Amino acid sequence: MTGMVPSLITLVEGFALLTWVGSGLLASVVSHLAPVVSTLHASLGSGFGLLDVPFERNYVESIVYVSLYVSLTAVVLSTLISLPVAMVIGFSEFPGKRLVVAFINTGMGFPSVVVGLVVLFALSNQGPLGPFDLVFTKEAMIISQFVLAAPVITGVSLAAVTSVEEGIRDAAYAMGGTRLDVALVTINEARYGIVTGILAGLGRAISEVGSVLIVGGNIASADGTSVTRTLTTAIQLEARQGRFETALILGGILVALVLLINGLLLRLGGGRI
Amino acid sequence: MQRRDFLAAAAGGMTAAFAGCVGEDDLDAAILDETLTLTTTTSTYDTGLLGDVNAAFEDRYGVRVEAVAQGTGAALETGRNGDSDVVMVHARSLEDDFIRNGYGVNRRDLMFNDFVVVGPDDDPAGIDGLDDVLDAFETFAETESIFVSRGDDSGTHAKELDIWDASGVEPGGEWYREAGSGMGEVLNQADQTDGAYALSDRGTFISQRSEVDLGIRVEGPIEGGPELLSNPYGIVAVNPGVHEDVDYDLAMAYIGFITSREGQEIIAEYTVDGEQLFFPEAVSADPNFQQYVPEGWSTDEE
Repeated sequence: MTGMVPSLITLVEGFALLTWVGSGLLASVVSHLAPVVSTLHASLGSGFGLLDVPFERNYVESIVYVSLYVSLTAVVLSTLISLPVAMVIGFSEFPGKRLVVAFINTGMGFPSVVVGLVVLFALSNQGPLGPFDLVFTKEAMIISQFVLAAPVITGVSLAAVTSVEEGIRDAAYAMGGTRLDVALVTINEARYGIVTGILAGLGRAISEVGSVLIVGGNIASADGTSVTRTLTTAIQLEARQGRFETALILGGILVALVLLINGLLLRLGGGRI
Repeated sequence: MQRRDFLAAAAGGMTAAFAGCVGEDDLDAAILDETLTLTTTTSTYDTGLLGDVNAAFEDRYGVRVEAVAQGTGAALETGRNGDSDVVMVHARSLEDDFIRNGYGVNRRDLMFNDFVVVGPDDDPAGIDGLDDVLDAFETFAETESIFVSRGDDSGTHAKELDIWDASGVEPGGEWYREAGSGMGEVLNQADQTDGAYALSDRGTFISQRSEVDLGIRVEGPIEGGPELLSNPYGIVAVNPGVHEDVDYDLAMAYIGFITSREGQEIIAEYTVDGEQLFFPEAVSADPNFQQYVPEGWSTDEE
């Protein structure tokens, strides 16, 4: 038991650090993204006049906003939970550890429609969280994407953290480092893996259509501003209505956004890439 | 809002002198910024009709309408769970179940259009010119022509099953394909599949006609076709006695608006490619009791 206490303190310190690093990272991603997105829109906006694209600029902008808001929030939240969980599991031995890891790995492949259904049942007026009135809101979509992204980020970070050689940690201790130093060293060593995990989680969140359609309802207001319509559900709607060009353009925006976020995160987290 | 409250309190002394101004405060009435959740069918949503109706309602009441486009079955189920405030659908038998089980109150007839059988212009099954949709469906089975069914428990799917039922043919086999998708998607599938037919509501078909290579093979009652292909829409509020937190008063305001002369005019004036998609039927000087109760209901029932 006494052996657990210091390692727990290490973990708490590591968590505080990660929270700080993680929030700084994502905040800078968002701040970097904002001008790029508005430039993207400006160029799209000027393109509308030439191409006569059959949708409003406001429509696309609000959809992109909802997509980014929901997915980034979900990923930040799952990162804040997943990283400490990955550290706890990675640095400790306990009975049933393999089972927990197997469970996390299963969660990585959980079908998004099933997650959507379960979240819908939980949030529905009839469900346990009914009083909060969350069905068909962005919050509901954040919850379902959180459930989707968390196992991915946990699983990949866990692999990254455990692959940091014990010798490195021991060396940090031996050189008189505090527990914080050791946690720092570990995170520093595992940072590529952790960033990959966050990216994988974000990729899963922003590109899935099943759960956000079910819990969000794909709502846009009468003036064409998205309420719970994301890029993916908008693509689905446009395809359903036979407007394949619009669907393709939205698809292009989605791919561009994911590419952009990946580039920024890798740059910020990796430095070398 | 807090600052406004504070100012209001500070000005309290003056209000006695200007009692007439108190009425101004009513502009901050509680329904402002409230949200009405409407679940409806893909046909009212995908045709764009709801955009016009909801914009006018939002202008008038200062509230937001969030319209969720589902199939009729799913729209009613969402209402049954208390997750929507008002339901606009087109399958009378399913609406009747909804009312009978106490989930819905104050149903009104809203509008109608009709169903049409659509298919490729070269008409491989040879149903062109058939007046009777039952004959057409029997022909599909005999010639094993590909028929794309909604297969999604929607109002259109319910109508299609009614027609198969009436024709006495049990659909099935290679030629019968259940898409499990919305009307638009089914039209796309029928368009992409050689020689495929489908049953569509006229509204969705007209609004999508320019995107697909299909034509009307059997007309509905609006163009003189059989009455079996009529497609009436109803609107019903979710019962606040079953779900206490539904926005019943807003739901009734919405029903009131869409069945008013103004709301019905918006429906009548909504056109795509110059063609009217929906025909209002809520405003009438003649009494129509059957719209409020399950079809055929009378006090003789238990």
